[in-house]
Amino acid sequence: MHKLLLGTAAVLAMSAGAAQAQVKIGVAGPLTGPNAAFGVQLKTGADLAVSDINKAGGVLGQQIKAFIVDDACDPKQAVTAANALVSDGVVMVDGHFCSASTIPASKVYTENGILEISPSSTNPAYTDHGSAYTFRVCGRDDQQGAVGAEYIAKHFKGDKVAVLDDNSTYGKGIADQVRLNLKKLGVTVTYNASYTAGDKDYSALVSRMKAQGIGVVYMGGYYSDMGLIMREGAAAGFHPQYVSEDGAMTSSLWQISGPAAEGMLMTFPPPAEKDAAAAKVVAELNALHEDPSGYVLYSYATVQIWAEAAKKAGTTNPAKVAAELKKGGPWQSVLGPVSFDSKGDVVNAAYAIYKWHNGQYAVYALKP
Amino acid sequence: MAYALQLLINGVTLGMIYGLIAVGYTMVYGIIGMINFAHGDVFMIGAFIGLIVLTALTGITSIPLAIAAAFIVAAVLSGVYGFSIERVAYRPLRGSFRLAPLISAIGMSIVLENYVQVTQGALDRAIPPLLPGGVAVMRQHGFVVQLSFMQVAIVVVTLAVLAVFTWIVTKTPLGRAMRAVEQDAKMAALLGIDTNTTISLTFVTGAALAAVAGVMFLLYYGVIGFYIGFNAGIKAFTAAVLGGIGSLPGAVLGGLLIGLIEAFWSGYGPLAYKDAAVYSILAIVLMFLPSGLLGRHEVEKV
Repeated sequence: MHKLLLGTAAVLAMSAGAAQAQVKIGVAGPLTGPNAAFGVQLKTGADLAVSDINKAGGVLGQQIKAFIVDDACDPKQAVTAANALVSDGVVMVDGHFCSASTIPASKVYTENGILEISPSSTNPAYTDHGSAYTFRVCGRDDQQGAVGAEYIAKHFKGDKVAVLDDNSTYGKGIADQVRLNLKKLGVTVTYNASYTAGDKDYSALVSRMKAQGIGVVYMGGYYSDMGLIMREGAAAGFHPQYVSEDGAMTSSLWQISGPAAEGMLMTFPPPAEKDAAAAKVVAELNALHEDPSGYVLYSYATVQIWAEAAKKAGTTNPAKVAAELKKGGPWQSVLGPVSFDSKGDVVNAAYAIYKWHNGQYAVYALKP
Repeated sequence: MAYALQLLINGVTLGMIYGLIAVGYTMVYGIIGMINFAHGDVFMIGAFIGLIVLTALTGITSIPLAIAAAFIVAAVLSGVYGFSIERVAYRPLRGSFRLAPLISAIGMSIVLENYVQVTQGALDRAIPPLLPGGVAVMRQHGFVVQLSFMQVAIVVVTLAVLAVFTWIVTKTPLGRAMRAVEQDAKMAALLGIDTNTTISLTFVTGAALAAVAGVMFLLYYGVIGFYIGFNAGIKAFTAAVLGGIGSLPGAVLGGLLIGLIEAFWSGYGPLAYKDAAVYSILAIVLMFLPSGLLGRHEVEKV
């Protein structure tokens, strides 16, 4: 009897030890639905970062275990997903992807004292709420929108401009920034409209822009709808210059649009995959036959920066890591050195212009 | 003028697709008095079968042959889906209270959506334009009215399919049986009509029409996902109600009207309120014509 008790105690002690040597993080993004291509980018980056860090000994001697949840870019599902991660006991969440998910989920994480670092949500409201737990490793729409507007004002003088958005938190947010900045630069927008994301018939929208003689179309939203608008535009004989943002930053866009996207311009941070800091990770991704572009490296950097901050803080306690993230930078990452300001935004986020050509996108200009 | 003509062309094309789906709703409602909420998902299944056939045949046969094969295979296999759905989800509940088959239909819709998501993936699937090009119908003030070959094809196919379908309903023994069951199922059974078979065949026909609409949707827009059945289904259901649920010409008329309202509203009004406009017009029509445009009044038998 005595021996049995001792044995049980020993087993319990061992399992408790094993549980302690593990730190849980969450990865949240759209794994289903029209934006699923981005969810895959997020997951690819996070998976690789976790495996690299674990191979190098983990964080403070603990192995990282990632819990992956699907929010389908839906605000309601995002809150459910966030609650699931809370009950899993994660200390940090890499996500979410869409601003419409990230913002409602951030309330859940803040209430529960969990760190949220979004690799991609650019809507300013995300970090403007004043939570100590919200960070992002990408820029903000007020930065990105200004670059898009400046490019249009400089390079397409005299063309009639249309600004479209998909009525989502992200799409409308950035399109409004573009409208605001175009106005500041003295460009009149001929046609403003919000379409419904997920709609398939854009024939009327295209005809309307064609009838007004629009020469430049700015689109705020995600790749599925943009691809379809360009495709239907080409079929109706409407060939303007399309300008867009990071929601078009996936090869899935071309699969939908086909050659209709030829020459389309997008704003996105300067290419991280060309950065020397990223070379090793890009090589690993290539070995796995994964595309390193889009948000893959951003998701990798999210986990990497968090791990570095936890090591420096000497704890995985979210409040302490959050404080360390803000004061301990710059953090060395696959995106180069990253520092956070008091809101949790990246200091000096830059945006470059990319161009689609023949099914692929590449940097076109580093400045507007 | 030229602009309005372009909107008319766009609206009629869209309306034809809605109309074809709406026919399936209205048929099932006419014959067993239930709303088949899984019908939109049968449309989606049809589109996916078309996609699989087209992808398999591209490069092997000529494009017109591949498109014809896609239509036929999608219609036949979706017919099997329609048949099975009725057998599994609706027939066991036929004697039950009115809401039971409705709930079962919603369940079926979720099952089909998830089934396609799991087997075909969550990403949008696209095909290249198979029938590119078109003709300029009219020019005015630099605006060219474009009529694409695809739009012509959609209108022609829809009219052909509806002609065959009208012939089935009005001229064949099956159509006679359908109309008899619709008027009074019990009496039809007493007169020797196999009501179960008739109802099954109604589901098969409705599913085949939805599949044709699904393949046309795929060819026209080129992009489909597992979730497209919901939106299209709701629009087509609205079309059926607007036209008068239970009335076959009403379903086509309703579909056309909704297509035209969408096109003209987005052409002249604020685009963001397109769906609101459609449903507001539906509400207004139903206020004055509670049984829809071509619907019959339900006579209360004493």
